[in-house]
Amino acid sequence: MILNTTREALQSLFAESAPAVEVEAGAPRGNGVITCDYNAHGYHLDAKVEADQLLAAVEIIDQAGFFIESITGVDWIKEKQLEVIYDFARFDFDACRVVIRTRVPRDQPVVPTITSIYAGANWHERETHDFFGIKFAGHPHLIPLLLPEDADFHPLLKDFKA
Amino acid sequence: MSAPIQLQPGETFILNVGPQHPATHGVLRVKMEMDGEYIVKAETVLGYVHRMHEKMGENRTYAQYLPNLSRLDYLGALGYTHGHVLVIERAAGIEVPERAEYIRAITVELNRLASHLFWFGCYVMDLGGFSPLMYALEDREYILDMLEAVTGARLTYCYYRFGGLYNDVDDDFIEAAKRFIPRMRKSLKKYAALVTGNIIFQKRLEGIGPISAEMCRKYGATGAVARGSGINFDVRKNEPYSVYPEFDFDIPVYHECDSMARFKVRMDEMEQSLRIIEQGLAKLPGGPIMAEKKPKNIKLPVGDFYQAVETARGSFGIRIVSDGDKNAYRLKLRSPTYSNMHLFDEACEGMMIMDALAFMGSLDLVIPEIDR
Repeated sequence: MILNTTREALQSLFAESAPAVEVEAGAPRGNGVITCDYNAHGYHLDAKVEADQLLAAVEIIDQAGFFIESITGVDWIKEKQLEVIYDFARFDFDACRVVIRTRVPRDQPVVPTITSIYAGANWHERETHDFFGIKFAGHPHLIPLLLPEDADFHPLLKDFKA
Repeated sequence: MSAPIQLQPGETFILNVGPQHPATHGVLRVKMEMDGEYIVKAETVLGYVHRMHEKMGENRTYAQYLPNLSRLDYLGALGYTHGHVLVIERAAGIEVPERAEYIRAITVELNRLASHLFWFGCYVMDLGGFSPLMYALEDREYILDMLEAVTGARLTYCYYRFGGLYNDVDDDFIEAAKRFIPRMRKSLKKYAALVTGNIIFQKRLEGIGPISAEMCRKYGATGAVARGSGINFDVRKNEPYSVYPEFDFDIPVYHECDSMARFKVRMDEMEQSLRIIEQGLAKLPGGPIMAEKKPKNIKLPVGDFYQAVETARGSFGIRIVSDGDKNAYRLKLRSPTYSNMHLFDEACEGMMIMDALAFMGSLDLVIPEIDR
């Protein structure tokens, strides 16, 4: 099963083996891979990594033959953090949806680009930069995609005022 | 009058396709660097119909957000509202009556047919054949009339509710749908003879716009684009939802990777949709169309919820990050054409301009759905 092999591969990123059980909803969680209840959440694996582990994690996903679904952000203004969420799924019948997430400080939101691994990340990262101001270090063309070309605002930040 | 500009050999010029251009079927702009008739480099410029639907998801309740979903892809709107109600039902744990799910499947497939018919007509018109559009629109009109009678709208449907439907289907709808199936089958034969079998049409599309399976994976292309590149992927089969496991239908896959393959996939899909509608009508169970136990004001538990559905254009995903409130903390829409269009820039390099437009049409773009 691809689910088990992917989980093991992702777990190798972390020093001590992370708990493979679902944590209580809303509870703060550390880095690690958790197996989710597909019926409740709609995805199978949820890996939280540090920003500098991101490329290694995405490399594992790419090697395992996943396709990129989307990249998005979430503004956790109370924790003063921005989260970047990467979604991956599979073309075969071994259904496995993987979510990779990383958090960066809100005042210095920088994560490495994954365009070198998935060319299709290009627009997704530009869009996330538009909406949240998250900088994707190494991105070849990080200019506004959906917002006007002179946009200097990030509308999905919780403190954005129109 | 100024003298015509003379280009030196090897010198390129910039051609703006759009934002108002008939071939893009919407407000899409592609900046093309041209060497004569050949594209050296293309850059798609988006955002002309961007409405920030995701922000709207954060400042209205889940129910208030329902109509927004049908304003993404105005040709296949039911598939998108289906995704939204499914993710809410998944998160809130609402059981949907079987009759409601069957009616959802029937109406989604009718909508998929209407969308494919419209694409078929417009695509052939782009390539210079005018009359198929008229046939396709006539067939589509039957579907729109049927859907209008039960949903109250012709394009921007808001028919599904959390836990069921807004309105039950009546005998008139069932009769009309049963009458429509043989009519549509006859039309599909006509289209095959008139268009698919046409040698000029075939020569125009074969080998145009090759997209490898690996490219689909790197860009996340789904729907008919992936299935035309030999990838057997359809969310209805790969990650079954609703009552799709109850139906016997096939996923058409072609391995040629060109525009003709994508064309054939959609033409075959119409027959598969008819099969689903036929079986759905035959199996349609009685009973309620709305869940009994359903909270009046829906609040989702804290957490992260995802649902993917197969729309007419590919895999549509909706993610809701909930903080337990009555509206979403974050709502993300993963639109299929966004990923399908993304590979255009890379794939059209070196192509002739008119081939590139034939290729663009085979991607079945709906711009408001890309821009959201």
